[in-house]
Amino acid sequence: MMDRELKNLEFQSRIDRDEKIEAKDWMPEEYRKTLIRQIGQHAHSEIVGMLPEGNWITRAPSLRRKAILLSKVQDEAGHGLYLYSAAETLGIERDTMIEELHSGKAKYSSIFNYPTISWADMGAIGWLVDGAAIVNQVALCRTSYGPYSRSMVKICKEESFHQRQGFEIMLQLCKGSSEQKAMAQDALNRWWWPSLMMFGPSDKDSPNTAQSMAWRVKRFTNDELRQKFVDMTVPQAEILGITIPDEKLKWNDEKGQYDFGEINWEEFYSVVKGNGPCNKQRIHARKKAHEEGQWVRDAALAHAEKRSKKIA
Amino acid sequence: MSLKNYTLFLADTSLILGQRLGEWCGHGPVLEQDIALTNIALDYVGRARLLYQYVSELDANGKSEDNYAMMREEREFKNLLLVEHPNIDFGFTVARQFLIDAFFVPYLEELSKSKNERLSHIADKALKESQYHLRWSSEWMIRLGDGTEESHKRIQSAVNSLWEFSGELFSPVPYEKEMLLEGIAPDVENILTRWNQSVNSVFSEATIIKPKDSWFQKGGKEGVHTEHLGYILSDMQYLQRTYPGQDW
Repeated sequence: MMDRELKNLEFQSRIDRDEKIEAKDWMPEEYRKTLIRQIGQHAHSEIVGMLPEGNWITRAPSLRRKAILLSKVQDEAGHGLYLYSAAETLGIERDTMIEELHSGKAKYSSIFNYPTISWADMGAIGWLVDGAAIVNQVALCRTSYGPYSRSMVKICKEESFHQRQGFEIMLQLCKGSSEQKAMAQDALNRWWWPSLMMFGPSDKDSPNTAQSMAWRVKRFTNDELRQKFVDMTVPQAEILGITIPDEKLKWNDEKGQYDFGEINWEEFYSVVKGNGPCNKQRIHARKKAHEEGQWVRDAALAHAEKRSKKIA
Repeated sequence: MSLKNYTLFLADTSLILGQRLGEWCGHGPVLEQDIALTNIALDYVGRARLLYQYVSELDANGKSEDNYAMMREEREFKNLLLVEHPNIDFGFTVARQFLIDAFFVPYLEELSKSKNERLSHIADKALKESQYHLRWSSEWMIRLGDGTEESHKRIQSAVNSLWEFSGELFSPVPYEKEMLLEGIAPDVENILTRWNQSVNSVFSEATIIKPKDSWFQKGGKEGVHTEHLGYILSDMQYLQRTYPGQDW
């Protein structure tokens, strides 16, 4: 008991000195669990996130856009790989995490449960969803767990390219015909609120925040990050000349930041629970790919065994 | 005209294969292979762009690469039939890729010696990619062929089905013959020998039985396609056709 308490104290003082915790270091079980949950959720979000954008690869309007979109979605697969590896350093297997995703035990970002129904959605996702992800992830570059923090540094570099390409798609549409501009506005209307929801519940309803902040897994609260995102994005919408769908959005001179309307938390919790427009399709697509890939993975394994026997 | 048609044949073959491979993105059998398939797709889309840009210079009419990709119809596309074949499953995709990679490696090697500097330059760049693709597809042919009973059955049946599309690689059409005479296009007779060597050696290691040559489908190079191409184009060209003349 004494020993455990001492270890906990020592652990917390390492955190407070801003030391990175590494895979082989002692850590409280709860810290390990929190990280496995968070990194797993993050990895799954990358993988499920490939689907809404993958939906437009064959229909991209130009060869340049097709190439950019392919490489963007491929980057997401790469991010998934880094993150699964980071989680594996904590003693969980990728296969187990994938099973948890398929069974619904593990979550992924709810934003990917919304459908991509026009080309402008590729712009809106890059601009808003990746924009929100960057705000989250820049903060995570300084997270206390070493392998997670290092993968975030790598990922952030690519995400800022993703965000720029999304904004560029929007800019091109907004400079284009009235039909193209309407497409861009419609995408903003549909993606704005779900993007704000990406930061998670309001601080007052986020029970895990305090502990995560103390462990420096999180460095800012959900509401702080959401505010940062709004302040960053509003001027960008002004450049595009499209309107954010929030009547309460207004610059507050006193606070030096924007005030904005209340998020529809009912929708947020409903989508988290599985009742979003594409929850079933997304998991179905992931399971289908995994199940249809079973014989391929089996073959690779069988062949590797045969080969190693031959060498032996 | 022959040079333009020949370049379009190379460009269309690259684009349609890139398009097919792009369908895999997000649906691969395992994350690492999802990434590999997308990589190959990207190489082919990149190749198509360079080739269409060259066609546009030859035409000197101010048309962009997208004009060729997005605004031509089925009968104008000159791609090989093999590359428009649906992905079906990972085995079909690997077999299609292997048959084409085993062709492109020697073909691009020869094309890089072409009298046409532009094509020679593009071939040089593409060759490095195709060498990597061939290594990838050969390894998978062997893993699947010499893996489990099921994988063996699947890859053998993919090879059996795709075989009738392999003859088109080696049946030159008039514009190719003209390009050969001008020292621009490679002689496919020589490519066939090297293709057979790759195929025989990989099939043997993979325990895949080489189908007997009987009858081969052809027509793609002259714009007579399978029924699949129309669907590929209506999907790929949808935005440009719905909103013509706009920038994206």
